[in-house]
Amino acid sequence: MSDPIPFRPFVPGTQPALNTPAYLSTGKRHPLRAPHRIPQTVTETTGPAFTPRLFPPSADLTRNTTGQPALGERIIVAGTITDEDGRPVPHTMVEVWQANATGRYDHPGDQHDAPLDPNFRGVGRVFTDAAGRYSFVSIRPGAYPWPNHRNAWRPTHIHFSYFGPAFATRLITQMYFPGDPLLAFDPIFNGVPDPVARDRLVAAFDQDITQPDYALGYRFDVVLRGRGATPMEG
Amino acid sequence: MPAATASQTIGPYWHLIEDKSWADLTRFGATGDRIILTGTIRDGDGAPCPGTCVEIWQADPAASDLFPGFGRANTDADGTFRFVTLRPGPVPGRGNTLQAPHIAIQIFARGLMAGVVTRAYFQGEALNDSDPLLTSIDGPALRQTMIAAHEEAEVWRLDIRLQGDGETLFLDV
Repeated sequence: MSDPIPFRPFVPGTQPALNTPAYLSTGKRHPLRAPHRIPQTVTETTGPAFTPRLFPPSADLTRNTTGQPALGERIIVAGTITDEDGRPVPHTMVEVWQANATGRYDHPGDQHDAPLDPNFRGVGRVFTDAAGRYSFVSIRPGAYPWPNHRNAWRPTHIHFSYFGPAFATRLITQMYFPGDPLLAFDPIFNGVPDPVARDRLVAAFDQDITQPDYALGYRFDVVLRGRGATPMEG
Repeated sequence: MPAATASQTIGPYWHLIEDKSWADLTRFGATGDRIILTGTIRDGDGAPCPGTCVEIWQADPAASDLFPGFGRANTDADGTFRFVTLRPGPVPGRGNTLQAPHIAIQIFARGLMAGVVTRAYFQGEALNDSDPLLTSIDGPALRQTMIAAHEEAEVWRLDIRLQGDGETLFLDV
């Protein structure tokens, strides 16, 4: 049996450091020892294959809680998932979760004094098509305060979870909204050292995704790790 | 071509995507050598980490409609996770090597900017002595952080220390 082709290491600077002091919770949670580099084996180059049959999609967060419409500014978030070689990642599961329009999560841990919306749970699941495209409907989440530093507010964001083809391609990230003044102050967003990599976490307003008389559209394209040596390295 | 998208923390409210049934990898009807993999996650102060997302993946038994190979569990108020799964057999390593039975673990939490990865091997497994990964680690104490202890009958325990005394060896994959 031939060895599996490994996924490429991350490009330096494009991923946040586990030790990000400005984000206080990393203080006691980041490992002090450098991770042990291992060659990828079948354990890392294979991964779960979620199917819509066993894991039913739920692509309209404005209607998937009670059937009644959620309050807030309706949005469509769409994009393409590719690997680092630009190849689409087809039929992969994407999980999303977010705060409601007032900046409150439907979660017992969230005690922010903003109202819950009984018609908005804030969770969805979609699959990419054969071309790696995905789309879901939601409402624009609100910003909310958090206790990291004085007067700290998280910028408006949606959480995303991706699987891709392998354990090594697993990714959890956050999508932000263009023009948000809170981005400049957020230690989680700014924990990504490379400014280009950081800005790719900001979705783009998109007229083509926007639907007349229905919802504003935002494009959020995501890149998962690609296989094999990159020819640009040297 | 752009590099892989940056990770961001899973945050404190990821439980919106939690489905408790995912902690049982036998829920679709898989049969075999059923085991429970449990453990407690602690931070640099030794304090338990409740509400942590723990995910496992195993390449053996092969994933199928009956066995997803993947599980996700939320740590309870004591920082403890608990999976029901099937005990894996050995799988190929690189070259002509054989890897001892193991389960890959990835941990996501508030305060973790990205997931951290380790493995659970099984105490007393003869192949541990020749496993390419375990034998690449300097020192038995560090190796031990990836070897689940046999608690009783079907229960295996791997406690995880994110930082400090007895810090788990995490892997760069």
